[in-house]
Amino acid sequence: MSENRLYPGLNLGATHGEAHEQAETTVFGFWVFLMSDLIIFGILFASYASYLDPMGMAGGPGPSDLFDIRSVAIQTAFLLIGGIAYAGVSLTLKYMQGRGKLIAWLIVCALLGAGFLFFEVKDFISAAGKGGTPQASGWLSSYWMLVGLHGLHVLSGILWILAMIVQIATRGVDDVVKVRLSMLGVFWHFLDLIWVGIFSFVFLVPLA
Amino acid sequence: MTGRTSPIFGNLDWTVTPFTDVIQHPGSSTIVGAAAASILVLGGIAVLALLSRKGWWGPLYRDWLTSPDAKKIGIMYIALALIMLARGIIEGFVMRAHQASALGTLAQPEGGLVAPDHFAQLFSTHGTIMIFFVAMPLLIGLINFVLPQQLGARDMAFPVLNQVSLGLTAAGAALVMISLLVGDFGTGGWTMYPPYTGKIFSPGEGVDYWLWAILISGMGSTLTGMNFAVTIFKQRAPGMHLMRMPLFCWTSLCVAIMLIYAMPALTVSSAMLALDRYAGFHFFTNEAGGNMMNYANIFWMFGHPEVYILILPAFGVFSEISSTFSGKRLYGYTSLVIASMCIAVVSFTVWLHHFFTMGQSAGVNIAFGIATMVIGIPTGVKIYDWMATMWRGRVRITTPIVYLTGFFLLFVIGGLSGIILANPSIDYQVHNSTFLVAHFHNVIIPGVLYGMLAGIHYWFPKAFGFRLSETWGRRTAYLFVGGFVFTFMPLYVLGLMGMPRRSPTFQNPDFLPWMYLAAFGGVLMLCALASLIWTFWTSYRHRADLAVPGGDPWNGSTLEWSTPAPVPEWTFPCIPQVQARHEWGERKRAGDPWKGTAEYADIEMPANTAHGLLIAIAAFLLGFAMVWHIWWLAIIGFAAVPVLVVMRAIRVIEPRIIPAAEVADVDRRFRQLVASLPGATRADEETRRNRGVPDISEFAG
Repeated sequence: MSENRLYPGLNLGATHGEAHEQAETTVFGFWVFLMSDLIIFGILFASYASYLDPMGMAGGPGPSDLFDIRSVAIQTAFLLIGGIAYAGVSLTLKYMQGRGKLIAWLIVCALLGAGFLFFEVKDFISAAGKGGTPQASGWLSSYWMLVGLHGLHVLSGILWILAMIVQIATRGVDDVVKVRLSMLGVFWHFLDLIWVGIFSFVFLVPLA
Repeated sequence: MTGRTSPIFGNLDWTVTPFTDVIQHPGSSTIVGAAAASILVLGGIAVLALLSRKGWWGPLYRDWLTSPDAKKIGIMYIALALIMLARGIIEGFVMRAHQASALGTLAQPEGGLVAPDHFAQLFSTHGTIMIFFVAMPLLIGLINFVLPQQLGARDMAFPVLNQVSLGLTAAGAALVMISLLVGDFGTGGWTMYPPYTGKIFSPGEGVDYWLWAILISGMGSTLTGMNFAVTIFKQRAPGMHLMRMPLFCWTSLCVAIMLIYAMPALTVSSAMLALDRYAGFHFFTNEAGGNMMNYANIFWMFGHPEVYILILPAFGVFSEISSTFSGKRLYGYTSLVIASMCIAVVSFTVWLHHFFTMGQSAGVNIAFGIATMVIGIPTGVKIYDWMATMWRGRVRITTPIVYLTGFFLLFVIGGLSGIILANPSIDYQVHNSTFLVAHFHNVIIPGVLYGMLAGIHYWFPKAFGFRLSETWGRRTAYLFVGGFVFTFMPLYVLGLMGMPRRSPTFQNPDFLPWMYLAAFGGVLMLCALASLIWTFWTSYRHRADLAVPGGDPWNGSTLEWSTPAPVPEWTFPCIPQVQARHEWGERKRAGDPWKGTAEYADIEMPANTAHGLLIAIAAFLLGFAMVWHIWWLAIIGFAAVPVLVVMRAIRVIEPRIIPAAEVADVDRRFRQLVASLPGATRADEETRRNRGVPDISEFAG
């Protein structure tokens, strides 16, 4: 096992050659999964663009009636700071700074994610109150599906964080848990990436 | 269905079975439906009785359903595909029989064996089954079985995920199967185009069956694609460089990449249609800004790569068998690799040719028409490569070679009719006619079906330790070739005469002779199916004569032939060190290929688990409950999946260790056996003298 094949940032120990190889395979597999997920979002972005015209809105409420850009900015802040907070998890993991600190950072991430979801759901409810339900027009269908799917991803990210906290508490920080934390990190940042797209193309473009 | 939704049973009640239909409206159509349901029920009861009587429940559960071994998972995929193939062929035959009797008159415009609605269900399930639950499981199964062995890997990168993929595919297949007995299937064809399949025009459960079968099995296929890709990139044996991989691995890699990129499109289009139907969204409706062209585009963004997903593994098989059964090295390895990758890439740029007539400008149509014709070039390169491989080789006319020859002759015709259809102005004349039906059967049957059957015949001894009967194998192949020619060549003519596809009836008596010819072809296809089943049965009965414990019955050149047949679960006693492209062939050249190793190590294998099985059950319940609006069950099925995943994640799972002593014992006995068996020459290949140890002095590949 040559030095350059060690999987970075996981602190799996120099003697665990096989663990590094397994980590590389597993995390690579997860990247491939995200690539596939990205295609789903890509198609949803394209659909959203195709419904974003008077035909797709079909006389229903439009972006300027429904979007509250201040709330969207707050959501963006929550999510992106949540992304930065995950660096706390990664660094704690890398320097083996103990279970308690690891769990604390994970909870910070989960709370920031939950804050994002709170404002997002609030926006959905207020849009529905103004007649902006997904049943109102093709454009609103695509808006709810795209943004809603991202929201579901954040929710599953939070559930994953909780599952990781349980695992850290029950089985300790073993190699498997470390690799899973690494994948969770990739996922958590992936959510930011998608959100940057949503913030720009879903909210800013129609309002501009 | 009474129209009211019960909180416990959803829309289910006693009127949904075909048996009540046949009592209420006796006629040929309802009798066919009830007969199909009876076959399903009786077949199910027969299987359960057999399992109980022979005491096979325990072995089935322990050795198969809970096994994460890619080889066993592959065999289960193929078993699933063959069961679905039987239904698909029978449905095809019923459609041929119907159309042969469907000439309407002025007095009675509708006729034939089955009612129009029943006919529509037949072509919808036939297409759905043949693409998603025959072709896909066949190729995924074959790749699962062969790929790790050819790469010199112990297993797939993610064995348990592999199990989950199989489970999801089986759950989807089960949904399509149960639609025979409970309720109706959709009538929108295998593509289920909205707005016809929206809630307004198709209010029943039929489209929902399709949606959930596709959503669930589609997830399985996406995960499979990831698994294949990671296996190929990360699990190759030391020295197995990419350009040393056998061609079948290359086509598997293309398939993996295409699955990863294409399957999400199907998931999205199906999820959108499901939201339209269940939650009143307006993606594809006629009103409120819906746009069905988005469905056509997204669906075919998946659909066109899909046909190359189907064909590329068959191309891999043909590359292997053309070389092995000609006793020659594969001609143009590099060009075949490049051609496969070109096909994989270009296949993403042609989807629009599926709807040339749906309102694009001429310029857009031309661009996609040219891309479609371009994809014929790498395919042509491959055909020439295989012919050059066989040129002046010592070709043995084994079953795979019969399939390959049938493929050469027929696939080229199908490809040429595809080039004709790729011209938008011609497409305007023949689109939606039986000419198109003839075209895609002409590429899929000689391509995918022949390829997969050839592959099954080729690798069967590796899985079960005995060869399949060559006599019956060839008879089956001839029947499939003849059946294809008689069934589908008349459809070209009918299409040019103006017969629309999917017609439940027609009024032009000139069609009739061609209909009879096609129906005769349908009979031949049924015979081919029977002959295929008989091949397995008779080979099983003569398994002692056909046994090839030496493991290399065809004098092959790739790594999978270096192991015993049937192959042990750990495949290789120690991971091979690869030094050449045709590693096993090079070892034959070097002298004694079966030279044993001195050192054995403990082997770690993934432990058996019921994880995949439980997820399959949850997914099936979710799908079935959603189809029938049984919301409480749907919630349970949906919640069960993450709960199962987390429950597995919390536990520390120890691998199963196979001690070095056991491996050494099995391996030494195998090597002694090989040394004791005489080498079989090429001429003896089909006789009892072929015990799986070839005469290596004859090796020339």
